[in-house]
Amino acid sequence: MNTQTKTATYNFPDERGYYGQFGGKFVPEILIPAIQELEAEFNKAKVDPEFNAELAELLDEYVGRPTKLTFANRLTEHYGKAKIYLKREDLCHTGAHKINNAIGQVLLARRMGKKRIIAETGAGQHGVATATACAKFGLECIVYMGEEDMVRQKLNVDRMRLLGAEVRNVTSGSKTLKDATNEAIRDWVTNVDTTFYIIGSVVGPHPYPMMVRHFHEVIGNEAKEQIQHYEGRNPDYLLACVGGGSNAIGFFYPFIEDEAVKIIGIEAAGFGVDSGKTAATMSKGTPGILHGSLSYLLQSDEGQIELAHSISAGLDYPGVGPEHAHLKDLGRVQYHAVTDEEAMDAVKLLSKTEGIIPALETAHAFAWLEDLMPETSEDEIVMINLSGRGDKDMGTISDYIRDND
Amino acid sequence: MNRIQNVFNNKKADEKLMSLFITAGYPDMESTVDLILGFEENGADIIELGMPFSDPLADGPTIQHSSDVAIQNGITMNKIFEMVKEVRKQSEIPIILMGYMNPVLRYGVSAFTQKAAEAGVDGLIIPDIPLEEDGIIKEHAATNNLDVIHLVAPNTSDSRMKLADENSQGFVYCVSVTGVTGARDGDEVSKSVSRFIERVRSNITQNPVMVGFGIKTHNDAQNIASNADGFIVGSALIDTIKNHYPNEGWQSELFSFVHSLKFGN
Repeated sequence: MNTQTKTATYNFPDERGYYGQFGGKFVPEILIPAIQELEAEFNKAKVDPEFNAELAELLDEYVGRPTKLTFANRLTEHYGKAKIYLKREDLCHTGAHKINNAIGQVLLARRMGKKRIIAETGAGQHGVATATACAKFGLECIVYMGEEDMVRQKLNVDRMRLLGAEVRNVTSGSKTLKDATNEAIRDWVTNVDTTFYIIGSVVGPHPYPMMVRHFHEVIGNEAKEQIQHYEGRNPDYLLACVGGGSNAIGFFYPFIEDEAVKIIGIEAAGFGVDSGKTAATMSKGTPGILHGSLSYLLQSDEGQIELAHSISAGLDYPGVGPEHAHLKDLGRVQYHAVTDEEAMDAVKLLSKTEGIIPALETAHAFAWLEDLMPETSEDEIVMINLSGRGDKDMGTISDYIRDND
Repeated sequence: MNRIQNVFNNKKADEKLMSLFITAGYPDMESTVDLILGFEENGADIIELGMPFSDPLADGPTIQHSSDVAIQNGITMNKIFEMVKEVRKQSEIPIILMGYMNPVLRYGVSAFTQKAAEAGVDGLIIPDIPLEEDGIIKEHAATNNLDVIHLVAPNTSDSRMKLADENSQGFVYCVSVTGVTGARDGDEVSKSVSRFIERVRSNITQNPVMVGFGIKTHNDAQNIASNADGFIVGSALIDTIKNHYPNEGWQSELFSFVHSLKFGN
């Protein structure tokens, strides 16, 4: 049984935007005024009672927070070990945690008088969330999306368009999230005076990783209170999937100083960590600079960024948030990877045992239960962030089942 | 004396120096050395040799394309150093390596700066290293006598321009418009650029200033750089190569374009 006392202090990023050796702001001079202005405005907003009250009201009445914590009784029975609880971010408006951040940043954009919003998207969840928040506030919204992802996530493309966003097809490079992010940054460089760039994960130059974490901390804060209500104590394990790592950071952060809580992040191994077709940045990556920050990257010996692979468009990214890189090096969070196949098996298991179809991204966290659960005991508690629902993935899931079963 | 300082010291009062950007390994691995020597023969005063990166986020489609082609052609950092060594057998033109930080970091900053200097490189332009982050390269560059050239843009404050001046050697690179690299309508650029360069001149006093982005003719260059020490052309050269390569005579087409950029017709 763990205790509630704080056993470690954790205070990152530092004033230069670094998490240990990772982070920073590696951007062209043109963007420096924009990120300085953003940092100043964010620091004011987050202590402004009026800003926080408006954000809280939107999260409550529009997003549908607090999201529930569900005891997964049949999944628990299936493994016959620790109790499994699910933090239900899939129940957020638009079907994933991404909306927490989109709403927060749109409020900030409005406060800064920016009327043109741009975003990048991989799986389309961040694009949908941004398009939704822009519709709610009547702001122009342009979403950059890789051509390959537009095929994989057609439903989300249609949703964004219906919500009034312009979806711009990105055909450079791997035609996925990495390249969509490049194009969004190029747009930002060109239209920096009028445009607010809503980054969808805890990546990018400082202050983005810190700011996106802030808007998602609500996940961990609620979960911490909810598990107290059910169990009267902290969980023994936290489990979340990690692409860029926004849902994981939001879920983990309020527990980081509680050293007795074991924290696990699950990446996408694709065909396998050593297959050459993987998105397991923490397992296979080396430190490097991409999209404005220093973190682990999948790259060649020449420092060229390698193409990631995952069946899940949202995890198909060759980098990872700098704070995750730091948490790995600190040893505070353990990172592992599961394959496309293992994730797909987890989709089927959760659907059949709990009546919940998870997003493919989320399924990666559930797949790790196969490894984790045998090590646990019946008096322990595992809490998983169910970051999104799987409706958007039904095409991919059906194709996979047809081709493999 | 440092080769970069040398060209500015020898510059005639009414002359505009011309710095030309070419992506190493574009359009093929064999041509890069010949292109540099041909550029010099046709009026180039400084060469910016691009170190290709897979994700050039400050560049427009033209330089993205040349970078992709060069990577496919098998460009590596060591091959870039070899190209510089080849040029050095025949020429003392200042050579600045320009590119993103990640390939440099991967090579190792210490080894990179040392090998670059040994090959005969004079300076570095790394657009994704703003003043805030230049600690990652500053001392290594200084140890090896490599100039670090910072960039300023129309939205750079007076105080940051002064900082860029203090922290740059060789010259300061003025980005004429907010945006990515690429050829633009020269008249549009020159209208907005004159006030910017005036501000640059009042804040940047220790270093010469070169202006780039959007220059594609001799007239653009003369107008945009009227109050600067010189001008930089990149995308327009890559576009010219793209239009003529690999047709016979593509190099002479390119060199006559280079000549016209500096001298008019």
